[in-house]
Amino acid sequence: MTESVSASPALLEVIDLRACVADQEILCGVSLTVRAGEIHAVMGRNGSGKSTLSKVIAGHPSYTVTAGSICFNGVDVEEMSPEERSRAGLFLGFQYPVEIPGVSNLEFLRVATNARRQAQGLEELDTFSFEDHLQQRLELVQMDPSFLERSLNEGFSGGEKKRNEILQMALLEPVVAILDETDSGLDIDALRIVAEGVNQLAGSSNATLLITHYQRLLDAITPHYVHVMAHGRILRTGGPELAHELERRGYDWVDEEAGVSSRTSAEVSA
Amino acid sequence: MTATTPSNAVNAPVASTSVGDLVSQPYRYGFVTDIDTEKIAKGLSEEVVRLISAKKNEPQFLLDFRLRAFRQWQRMTEPDWAAVGYPPIDYQDIVYYAAPKQQEKKASLDEVDPKLLETFDKLGIPLSEQKRLSNVAVDAVFDSVSIATTYKEKLAEHGVIFCSFSEAVEEHPELIERYLGSVVPIADNYFAALNSAVFSDGSFVFIPKGVTCPMDLSTYFRINSGDTGQFERTLIVAEEGASVSYLEGCTAPMFDTNQLHAAVVELVALDDASIKYSTVQNWYAGDENGKGGIYNFVTKRGLCKGPRSHISWTQVETGSSITWKYPSCVLAGADSVGEFYSVALTNNCQQADTGTKMVHVGERTRSTIVSKGISAGRSSNSYRGLVQLGPKARGARNYSQCDSMLIGDQAAANTYPYIRSQQPQSAVEHEASTCRISEDQLFYLQSRGIAFEEAVSMMVSGFCRDVFNQLPLEFAAEADKLLALKLEGSVG
Repeated sequence: MTESVSASPALLEVIDLRACVADQEILCGVSLTVRAGEIHAVMGRNGSGKSTLSKVIAGHPSYTVTAGSICFNGVDVEEMSPEERSRAGLFLGFQYPVEIPGVSNLEFLRVATNARRQAQGLEELDTFSFEDHLQQRLELVQMDPSFLERSLNEGFSGGEKKRNEILQMALLEPVVAILDETDSGLDIDALRIVAEGVNQLAGSSNATLLITHYQRLLDAITPHYVHVMAHGRILRTGGPELAHELERRGYDWVDEEAGVSSRTSAEVSA
Repeated sequence: MTATTPSNAVNAPVASTSVGDLVSQPYRYGFVTDIDTEKIAKGLSEEVVRLISAKKNEPQFLLDFRLRAFRQWQRMTEPDWAAVGYPPIDYQDIVYYAAPKQQEKKASLDEVDPKLLETFDKLGIPLSEQKRLSNVAVDAVFDSVSIATTYKEKLAEHGVIFCSFSEAVEEHPELIERYLGSVVPIADNYFAALNSAVFSDGSFVFIPKGVTCPMDLSTYFRINSGDTGQFERTLIVAEEGASVSYLEGCTAPMFDTNQLHAAVVELVALDDASIKYSTVQNWYAGDENGKGGIYNFVTKRGLCKGPRSHISWTQVETGSSITWKYPSCVLAGADSVGEFYSVALTNNCQQADTGTKMVHVGERTRSTIVSKGISAGRSSNSYRGLVQLGPKARGARNYSQCDSMLIGDQAAANTYPYIRSQQPQSAVEHEASTCRISEDQLFYLQSRGIAFEEAVSMMVSGFCRDVFNQLPLEFAAEADKLLALKLEGSVG
């Protein structure tokens, strides 16, 4: 770690986190520290626990935290509901954003934005001022305003759903954004739009955690750290070059090396 | 998930209990007004029917109508085909007439018992000159009688008659004799026959030829007594080219016994006339274990008698222990249009079997049915609808859409659509769906800072939007709030 980055405050600290769903342990001791100004990538195979990690951090009710802790901005989030975590500035971009029929996208975006603004001590936006507020962010994700009139995510293509996620991120101005496989199912153009959005929103006072399978998103967004997850824990942490190595060599070698010395990787990730 | 016909869906257990917790909220209108009431003895007999008629000084034709209905009712049996269950009703254990004691004739509101005005104030229906709603005329019915009707004079300037049923019998007997029972005959069904025999009061609306009613009309029904049945009668007649929008609201105190409510509503639309009838029903629904609440057995039917006439039913059903109600349209006039928009919400142990009948008689008649059922708690919510196309209904069309939403893991939803067509040159479309508010949908909204209960209410009102859009503007927001309130619960 370089001196200048590590000196910035920790925004997200996950310490020895264990979590299960329906009595099956999915996270088996994950530790991770994300500081202001940093972009982290968590990579790993399907079923390695990456998506679970993101949902547990956001407070999904299906998962039970059995040990360890999650600190967000210096506050333990254990007692916080998902909405409280969101209002405090935690954002989860979903891998599969659900469709919510009958709820207008525009109204949803406005209610969500105002919930966050209220928590920030900012004035709530009425319908008209919200539309102005929305305009420039729509351009960021190159989204057609006609999407606003539709029901939330209903009938959206995969790429449209993901752009809608980035739009929400732009509106909520999170402190820490976790993007769960935001790149999956995107064509080249949509991927570029999403990546540009993430890059533009990344600043010195916030942080981004990208969860991804593939190197291709990391060609567009350069992370400071790359973590490799398998079997519910982080087996290895390195710089951006680690992603290239994974692209070249696959994931098996990480397992093998971790099998020899899993303690070392745990120390690195902490 | 799309359901075929007839469909039946029962909820699968959910992972978290939080959705299941989302039930029951205290009933706001459960108070009882302490007022002297004149009641007749319990029980039903020919003498009781004669007594009711005598108390109201009715003309002979009306007494005859009641007696025919009573004899008919004695020969009938209670229907058992609806998907609802309840212990047998003892019809001899009900009071068939109750009225707050007051001076006989009310010249103005100032003479109405202040306790009654206060009651309606508390229900959000102020009647006094200063406070009354500015754009809606209200007929307030308390137990068996109409208390007051606002804006009568203003409406009379336009030739519109809006008054209590009893008053209409006295002042416009020819209209009553002509139209009463013309849409719902006394022998129509068990509860309609009962109502025809013992009905006490209700509202009467008459819109003369070519008149567009200058304001919305509304009747507010309040049951107050614990052992009294409520049997009101509403009759709305729109002459050629006339139009009116009418709203009905209902509440009742909380008793741990059940009260019977068996109303009959008849609508008649002549050539080019249009009647829009909206209901926001919030009778007491019983407690979370199903104790108490109103048995709501109601017959509502509209007759599109003239060509190009239009009748539209919109209902938001949130109360009652049992709802048995099928607002229907008989589309007799060529090119007439019938519509039914319904939201039925059941919670706890409530049971609703509700829907509509669209009977296409005339050529090129059209009907639309949009039904949204929401079941929470251990409730059961059934849609039952009939679309009938007679041999002369050439070119008739119907579109039906029946959607069910399940909240929690113990609620049930059923859809029973019946389609009978005797006319090959007609088109019937039916769509049905069942959905459940999923943990993932709620989590998605929550993870955007939207609180759990607000998330549920957003989804429910989104689900109901097609129906709420049909309500008069003032009431659409009310209905939205009412649903949110009904679902608000002990969410930790």
